[in-house]
Amino acid sequence: MEGTERAFERLVLEHQDRIYALGLALTGNRHDAEEVAQDTFLRAYRALVTYSPDRVRELKQRAWLHRIAVNVVRNRVRGVRPRLVELNGSEPSPGSGPEEDVLRRAEVDQLAARVACLPPRYREAVVLRHVQELSYAEVADALGQPVGTVKANVHRGLKILRGENHGDGDD
Amino acid sequence: MATVMIDLKALGGVKAPAGFAERVLAQAGLADSYSLFETVLGPVYVAWSGQGVSAAMRCPSAGEFEEWFRKEVGRRLVRVEPPARLAARIEDQLNGKRRLEFDLRGLTPFAQAVLLKTLEIRRGEVRPYGWIAREIGHPAAVRAVGTALANNPIPYFIPCHRVVRSDGVIGNYGGGGPEAKRQILTLEGVQLARLQKLAQSGMRYEGIKSTRIFCFPTCYHGRRAREENFVFFHDEAEARAAGYRPCKDCRPAVA
Repeated sequence: MEGTERAFERLVLEHQDRIYALGLALTGNRHDAEEVAQDTFLRAYRALVTYSPDRVRELKQRAWLHRIAVNVVRNRVRGVRPRLVELNGSEPSPGSGPEEDVLRRAEVDQLAARVACLPPRYREAVVLRHVQELSYAEVADALGQPVGTVKANVHRGLKILRGENHGDGDD
Repeated sequence: MATVMIDLKALGGVKAPAGFAERVLAQAGLADSYSLFETVLGPVYVAWSGQGVSAAMRCPSAGEFEEWFRKEVGRRLVRVEPPARLAARIEDQLNGKRRLEFDLRGLTPFAQAVLLKTLEIRRGEVRPYGWIAREIGHPAAVRAVGTALANNPIPYFIPCHRVVRSDGVIGNYGGGGPEAKRQILTLEGVQLARLQKLAQSGMRYEGIKSTRIFCFPTCYHGRRAREENFVFFHDEAEARAAGYRPCKDCRPAVA
């Protein structure tokens, strides 16, 4: 039991930034991102206490946590569309210096809101591949989809993000 | 294409907000949360876990509370915003309604028994240390009861201030010394002067003439009797010889 608690503490400290970033990219705002990240770790903890020490040791933590987080988001946002208001007329302003933290934060938030407006199947694929930088095989594993499907969804998602495809009407 | 990719990478570099890991650990039950609450006793730091309130103390600063908690309870501690529901319950508890649950995990079974018994003492009443010892089945362990109460991690809420010495000395108090104990008892409506006068003259019990029942002074059942209708006894034998039986509520002796 003591061992599980220590293992969980390490897991949280090691992966909190990545899972929070994942939550932000998938939900589009920091409030939901924190909720998603918290839920992800709590689910992970509830699962960990039931696992044998061997199973805990062999766990591919990164892929495992990503899979949980994707499911958390799928379950919570079912039917809830991200607000489109945040998107209107919010092209990121080019050439802001990296020292301007507030500006960068606003830009990141804008981008997250934009990504969050992608249809879920494109959003998941794009975020895991290009925000979290998982390999196609890892993305396919986390989403429970064939690699080919993932590649196609990443491609279409990026196309929408670049503005080559307006709205999500024609899939 | 290239710009979109770079932007997306920046999104992946976002850091979790400060205190995130601690909040997760608190939710998983691996750390306690705490906050500062305004109460009738003034500002009190209160810590709690998923099982209930685990510690309380009036401290000059959050740092001192954290240090005291580490020493007394030993778990991780995370400061959070005070939840409104808990604030309401804390207020009720201090007003005499029992609405809080407690987390006594870190204590010995003996200390837990002492504190749970202490919770039964109503607001406005007091009991001697020996009463707790007898009630939990360790009649000789009066000193150990004193130690357990002195180390009560949740004073005010688990009312260790309602346990006093039978010789009328108010006794020490972990929640802020004898003066604080006197202050809280007065706030709860205990007539300390009367209590101490009785104790100093060696009178441990009060009997009510009309019912022929004897109680601990301050017992709820004597609250309406006029002073001239009380008789006082040094001990159980004297009360029984006078034809009085022990009160079934405050249990000054086994009925």
